[in-house]
Amino acid sequence: MEVSMTVNGSPRTDSVEPRLLLVHYLRDVAGLTGTNIGCDTSSCGACTVLVDGESVKSCTMLAAQADGAEVTTIEGLADGDRMHPMQEAFREHHGLQCGYCTPGMVLAAVSLLKEVPDPTEAQVREGLEGNLCRCTGYHNIVQAVLAAAKAPAGAGAGS
Amino acid sequence: MTTTEVPTAGGSPEPVPTSAAGNPIGFGRMLRKEDARFLRGQGHYVDDVNLPGMLHGAVLRSSYAHARINAIDTSAAEAHPRVKAVITGKTLESLNLAWMPTLSGDVQSVLATDKVRFQGQEVAFVVADDEYAARDALELIEVDYEPLPAVVDARRALDPDAALVRDEVEGRTDNKIYDWEAGDAAACDEVFAKADVVVTEDMLYPRVHPAPMETCGAVAHMDKVTGKLTIWTTTQAPHAHRTLYAIVAGLPEHKIQVISPDIGGGFGNKVGIYPGYVCAIVGSIVTGAPVKWVEDRSENLMSTSFARDYHMKGSIAATRDGRILGLQVDVLADHGAFNGVAQPTKFPAGFFHIFTGSYDYPAAHCKVTAVYTNKAPGGVAYACSFRITEAVYLVERMVDCLAFELKMDPAELRMKNLLRPEQFPYTTPTGWEYDSGNYPRALEESMRIAGYEELRAEQAARRADPAGKPLMGIGISFFTEGVGAGPRKHMDILGLGMADGCELRLHPTGKAQLRLSVQTQGQGHETTFAQIVSHVLGIPPEDIEVLHGDTDNTPFGLGTYGSRSTPVSGAAAAVAAQRVRDKARVIAATALECSPDDLEWEHGRWRVKGDPEQGKTIQEIAFAAHGSLELPEGVEGHLDASVVYDPPNLTYPFGAYICVVDVDPDTGEVKVRRFVAVDDCGPRINPMVVEGQVHGGLADGLGMALMEVIAFDEDGNNLGGSFMDYLLPTSMECPSWELGQTVTPSPHHPIGTKGVGESATVGSPAAVVNAVLDALQIRAADMPFTPAAVWRALQGRPLRTDLAIE
Repeated sequence: MEVSMTVNGSPRTDSVEPRLLLVHYLRDVAGLTGTNIGCDTSSCGACTVLVDGESVKSCTMLAAQADGAEVTTIEGLADGDRMHPMQEAFREHHGLQCGYCTPGMVLAAVSLLKEVPDPTEAQVREGLEGNLCRCTGYHNIVQAVLAAAKAPAGAGAGS
Repeated sequence: MTTTEVPTAGGSPEPVPTSAAGNPIGFGRMLRKEDARFLRGQGHYVDDVNLPGMLHGAVLRSSYAHARINAIDTSAAEAHPRVKAVITGKTLESLNLAWMPTLSGDVQSVLATDKVRFQGQEVAFVVADDEYAARDALELIEVDYEPLPAVVDARRALDPDAALVRDEVEGRTDNKIYDWEAGDAAACDEVFAKADVVVTEDMLYPRVHPAPMETCGAVAHMDKVTGKLTIWTTTQAPHAHRTLYAIVAGLPEHKIQVISPDIGGGFGNKVGIYPGYVCAIVGSIVTGAPVKWVEDRSENLMSTSFARDYHMKGSIAATRDGRILGLQVDVLADHGAFNGVAQPTKFPAGFFHIFTGSYDYPAAHCKVTAVYTNKAPGGVAYACSFRITEAVYLVERMVDCLAFELKMDPAELRMKNLLRPEQFPYTTPTGWEYDSGNYPRALEESMRIAGYEELRAEQAARRADPAGKPLMGIGISFFTEGVGAGPRKHMDILGLGMADGCELRLHPTGKAQLRLSVQTQGQGHETTFAQIVSHVLGIPPEDIEVLHGDTDNTPFGLGTYGSRSTPVSGAAAAVAAQRVRDKARVIAATALECSPDDLEWEHGRWRVKGDPEQGKTIQEIAFAAHGSLELPEGVEGHLDASVVYDPPNLTYPFGAYICVVDVDPDTGEVKVRRFVAVDDCGPRINPMVVEGQVHGGLADGLGMALMEVIAFDEDGNNLGGSFMDYLLPTSMECPSWELGQTVTPSPHHPIGTKGVGESATVGSPAAVVNAVLDALQIRAADMPFTPAAVWRALQGRPLRTDLAIE
């Protein structure tokens, strides 16, 4: 079947199997390998992307379900050479180690700040509950998101 | 000779200059070089490798824990239009690859031939055009199984009527792998007979799994024209893997290139060689195309290296006033269906016999019996420092059990028995030589940060209130780690000594490349190893490129696990830099027309003593070394060094942890309110990176204490086979970690550093468990403290957490 969507600002149309998961579409068809796969059961959030601005676990959604949608992956978050304030905050606060959960975590955090622009620590923790990280113990991720919320230039405005 | 540069104890490092890019020229907080690519989605993990014409593999796995294979029919799968090859144990038998050696002198089935021995075991491998087709074809393979009784409970593995897991081994009549002991049993008997108090307790360190976010996988490409095998794979030890592939597959080692690209976490899960890797290689040989195999999460949890599974009975002897006299322990170790533990050859129980811990007493003895069961192989993984996790858990639980019996404050009991600073270097009753430590200072610091007295006062007030809920618990753990394996005369893996190579090359313009044998899985080597060289040579860290993870382009070494990168390869890098500095001195002296003895080092420059204006920077010297300057006889041009570092001893980081929990007695829910961690890992190369690693390890410990377990039902079905069943801590369970530090350098490491990666995973579980039990005011019950386990413990009927059997 044919699916059309806008991925990181570029429209594209592809012929895919109806059963193709969005994450495989992004990785294998669109060639955007920044989105990682961690669990296959929508438990870990490594594959989180933004679909029409909302965070979605792309291993739990068919490519066909994203037909007509605007999809943002980690590759589409920075403004050219300038990283998104959330990416900057993760770097500044050491919110990543192996980097595998990072794309999903960053996008989940961007989505969180869109919903709750000035969150408390408890709200950040609750908002990121669906994204697992095995390296950081979440401490610095939470610090990064809190800092991004305070950053200028609308860090919480999404991409 | 260069002098050893050991920062003074006390924790206040000397200020270091800052580079033009704003980085410390040496030790200090520095943002990581790695982050830019990870944050932009440009990390390059194994699953991101895509080669022209690449095929995809998938593994058919056993649904039974123990069953004879009568027949395998692959015809329908082979007829699938997008399938290129179906490989079974029979195919592998013809290549002599159906079995492969483990890291512990046993063999392991690659694809089952005679029977399956655990649920999830590899039975067949399909190679197809894409992953979807490969998995479709798995459904078309018919396996005729004859189920057999499974050995599930390790405590019954040696029963006379237990099924035989390894009946293919001629002459084998039971499931015992080995008996092993350490320490002095007679000395223990003597002190135990005279002791005022002896406390004995059973405890289980359950089977858990490292579960890195990235599962295991490989892309294998056998180029038939050149005869070269290239394998991109999730390995913490690329060089060891290369040698093992040469041994296992009979391929010439110089024609094997192992590339370990970005690794999405390892924690010991990516040390061994798994059947899927071998199948990918065979798939590439059979089809002539590159073959990618990446396991899914269930495959990862059910078949790759688990951790722990130690059933321990400890006994501690003491005087009435709390002076510890001796500790003994019997261990029943569940190794699963194959003895595939990854540890130095001479240490069948890993470093478990470091179980005497951080205390001063004369007598200790342990006996370890390892058994086969119908479960996945493994055992040494999950940041365990070769079973020091189990050892620390044992001693820290036993000390708390003693405190419980003596009705003594556990902090006071520990303080009374901790080794004193003047006792170092200290040889333990089981033969470990602790290099350095100031233990009371670390415990005092953790108590200061926690406000220990106030916490106890709050707890007493709460307990005095009969309606006081939730229940408050305070748990302490003091650990001594032993990392940086290890001296090659004592430590090898499959005969490969655990020394690490390292090459440092300065380019003519004074920039440098450092080639390492160790492999980062998130530790930040590209940053911290540049800082090590920067510390010694005064070159800005941004001018030093760290290369690793490609066996064709790095020197040999045993890899990253057991917190060994900084203690071993970090030392190699420091020594390489020192050698470059020494050579630079000779070249500078030649250029300045003086004697090397007339020069003194200032950070990044050799200068003339008494005339500091006269000197050469390391960058100037690098250019001169590559130029036309006539060098003294015996001094070669260029400026580089190659080192193989053989550590004289392990390093012994340590720490004091305090956990505060609130437990709801009605629901059994445990909330970690606070966690204070004081770590001493010697000088910190990059405090930000150290703290990040400690945070991660603390989350591991909380997870194991409260959530994580791979349990089995009576048929041997794995009950932890997905992230919906194997529960990992999220941001909700973890508190904001409160860290502190003391600094006690290692006297034998060139820059005094000790390693830290696994400290928190080793040290924290006991603190959480001690806190929960303190809240419940009971002496013992086993991890993980799920609400059900807590509730049952409160009813006086603790759960057996490893079995779904009443």
